[in-house]
Amino acid sequence: MAQKGLFRSSLMRQYWMAGTGLFLIMFLVVHATINAMIFRNDGGVVFNKWAVFMGTNFFIRAMEIVLFIGFIIHIADGIMLKRHNVAARPVKYAYSKPNANSKWYSRSMAILGILILLFLIVHLNDFWIKTRHIVGNIDSYGVDAQGRENLFARMQDVFSNPVVVVVYVLGCFALFWHLLHGFRSAFQHLGLNNIRYNRLISACGVVFSIVVPTLFAAMPVGMFLGWVK
Amino acid sequence: MKLTLKIWRQAGPDAKGAMVDYPIDGISEDMSFLEMLDVLNDQLIREGQEPVAFDHDCREGICGMCSLYINGRPHGPGRHITTCQLHMRRFKDGETIYVEPWRAKAFPIVKDLVVDRSAFDRIQAAGGFISVNTGGNLVDANSIPVPKAAADKAFDAATCIGCGACVAACPNSSAMLFVSAKVSQYALLPQGRAEARTRALNMVEQMDAEGFGTCTNIGACHIECPKDISLENIARLNREYLAAEICREDEGTEKDSTY
Repeated sequence: MAQKGLFRSSLMRQYWMAGTGLFLIMFLVVHATINAMIFRNDGGVVFNKWAVFMGTNFFIRAMEIVLFIGFIIHIADGIMLKRHNVAARPVKYAYSKPNANSKWYSRSMAILGILILLFLIVHLNDFWIKTRHIVGNIDSYGVDAQGRENLFARMQDVFSNPVVVVVYVLGCFALFWHLLHGFRSAFQHLGLNNIRYNRLISACGVVFSIVVPTLFAAMPVGMFLGWVK
Repeated sequence: MKLTLKIWRQAGPDAKGAMVDYPIDGISEDMSFLEMLDVLNDQLIREGQEPVAFDHDCREGICGMCSLYINGRPHGPGRHITTCQLHMRRFKDGETIYVEPWRAKAFPIVKDLVVDRSAFDRIQAAGGFISVNTGGNLVDANSIPVPKAAADKAFDAATCIGCGACVAACPNSSAMLFVSAKVSQYALLPQGRAEARTRALNMVEQMDAEGFGTCTNIGACHIECPKDISLENIARLNREYLAAEICREDEGTEKDSTY
């Protein structure tokens, strides 16, 4: 193992995992907040206003690059850790009872991460590459009541397909379990463990893991069922 | 009691191993798990077969020598016990019991159920010494004030017997609970504070070199630890190491610079 570089030891890799994880959690807050504007049921006027801002503001576009770097480090670091940890036990147990001492989602962060990544590919293909004019655009949806690019209409179109809605809801479940372990785990990795705050951190983690994926899942479901107009 | 044992047999470090079935009868519920294995070995020797090799020493639950992954858990069912303190009353008559060695690249198998845990010794050696006088110029122990809370936590960490159940339980074969206990027992006390940061750096470097996995905060180690070592110790090691890495004091002093 190299003793130089930013990933030189097992602990350095863990700090990167935790740091990027918390950064991605902050991204989720921004993403969920802006997208929740669709629940105003104003035909997407406020949502589209924010969406156009997020797609055109220079600072936001720069942060978008930082966000991608954050994702890449989180994923690459995760692959490095998983490979290292699989190699650390070359011969598996013939009989094991892991549920006796740990939670399945804590042991399944890699597989949950892969599911989230697969979902992200579908998700970026549905929206991001079009609104950023990388492949195609959403001009065919026209403009909204205030003359802005109509991402809201694109959402309604995408979420009219029940298969897509199911894929998005499954993606939210993967995110829920990933966060349920990841939120609290990030604090432990950074040494932020104190008996006075542990229950608070735990509680925040559980609430965050439920609220954010539920909000996200409510978007495709709400649009499919016609609750969001 | 009548039992069916499925035991990992492996003639040597490089030999191919396999699970072998051993029916056994006449086991008392009051026997410890190791005594049950003694009965099996007695039977095997009488039949002219090679007895099952397994580690044991004090048989009082304090030495950390006994290991065994029993029915899918290190030291078998129940919490806060070593295998020598596991009694046959924990099992049902007629039960099939799987007995396997600790599985980790850093714990190579010597024979059957015996693994080489000297990786732990090398990690501890890498931690080095503490700077206290032990010669003729001893001072009264109470001349160095130690807060009671710190003393208690250091003592709790120091109860680690180095059995390796944490590594065996961890899906990543991580030794972080062990290493963090060894770092904590000194880092919490003023006598061990002087070298606390270099100790964390050196022990983690050795831990990585031995081929242990990394901690992903699954928490199985703490549940399976016979001495109930807390995950708080792992956070403490994470803090010590992060501080040591960010504020390295061992790379020289700035000189000839002005503001």
